[in-house]
Amino acid sequence: MDRFLDSFLNAKLIAATWPAILSGLLVTVEIAALVVVTGLLLGLALALLRWRAGRWFTWPLMLFVDLFRAVPPLVLVLLIFFGLPNVGIELSSFAVLWLVLSLVLAAFAEEIVWAGLIAVKRGQREAARSTGLTETQALLHVVLPQALRLAVAPLTNRTIAITKNTALGTVIGVPEIINQATTAVSFSGNATPLLMGAFAYLLLFIPVIGLGRLIESRFAWRRQ
Amino acid sequence: MDVLLQQFFNVDIMGKALPLVLQGLKTTLLICLIVIPMGLVGGVLVALASRSPVRALRITVTLLVDLMRALPPLVVLILVYSGLPFLGLRISPLTAVVIAFFLNNAAYYGEIIRAGIESVPAGQWEASRSTGLRTDQAFVWVILPQGLRNVLPDLVSNTVEVVKLTSLASVVSLQEMLYSADMARSLTFNASPIVLAALIYFALLWPAVRLVSRLEHAAAR
Repeated sequence: MDRFLDSFLNAKLIAATWPAILSGLLVTVEIAALVVVTGLLLGLALALLRWRAGRWFTWPLMLFVDLFRAVPPLVLVLLIFFGLPNVGIELSSFAVLWLVLSLVLAAFAEEIVWAGLIAVKRGQREAARSTGLTETQALLHVVLPQALRLAVAPLTNRTIAITKNTALGTVIGVPEIINQATTAVSFSGNATPLLMGAFAYLLLFIPVIGLGRLIESRFAWRRQ
Repeated sequence: MDVLLQQFFNVDIMGKALPLVLQGLKTTLLICLIVIPMGLVGGVLVALASRSPVRALRITVTLLVDLMRALPPLVVLILVYSGLPFLGLRISPLTAVVIAFFLNNAAYYGEIIRAGIESVPAGQWEASRSTGLRTDQAFVWVILPQGLRNVLPDLVSNTVEVVKLTSLASVVSLQEMLYSADMARSLTFNASPIVLAALIYFALLWPAVRLVSRLEHAAAR
């Protein structure tokens, strides 16, 4: 039991490691927040453009969406991180992670919002148009608000799942939580930092999951 | 433009990397064949346990599921792979992957399957019990099939995620497709082998991704 405590809950190591884990936590929060904002906005914008645009836009968009939904994010991270420098584009590992996760979230968000838009019955758009609203007004004031309520539940789940992918950053050296933890493990030969890292994720994501449930119960319309 | 093609779509290098990448694909498929059935069975058990009359069991399972929802799968994998040796258990990368994915997948499949079971009307239980089926028979032959059908889009969608997750195994140096492609990348200083792997993932998962979209759009109408 003593040996177990020594290698998993070592008080001295906890004291020595927590600043590193905390700085990792801040990096994780930073990337996660950036990804949520850029990913969701881009996804929403793409879905709205798809509503107004013709096939010339829809086909390339569907290719992008399907590609980013089917290819594992870690593959994309490695591809961008190791590929771009060879063609003369230098991005930091932080920027690569932000870019890739934003595009992945945008792809999923576009598909979810689009499903919501076409689920809102066509009649809603026609009724709005016949009251004298323009096409854009009908979309923004009548169809989109209803579509978003349908989209809220799948959108929050997907957003949480993709934010958790910030952990992939460790593979390319982004100093986020698990990266700090594994570095500390290799220096100390002790598993305590690993548990601290796991604890930091719980600290971060349990409130996020709670918030997700709150948003769902407040805004979501359930499909019948 | 030429540099871009040379760097990402170099057919010569792709051709040379292909045997290695296909070797990796075999391991990827092997992992899938192990972790998907295990995850589904684990999911049914989790769904049953979360509806159990035993309160302690219900609470334990709910805690485990929430734990897995909060921890990134990569973190679970690293915890298992780097943590267990400190308990005196030496495990291979494949064992670590199987354990970590079982924990993660059982939780996610479990949530989906529970929703499916709960979507079956109580009358189905009563009707099947009154035909003389025992509770377990009613569950396996009447409730579960209907429940699974009701959540089919979510099951397919989660299975796509599981296949994508297998790429994480490269982090614990299990030689699956991404690991092989990345090895070829570091030998050739060219990203084309990873593009090749991405194309294979896409070819593998694209039909399922399309299917999910169609099922979801159909459900929305």
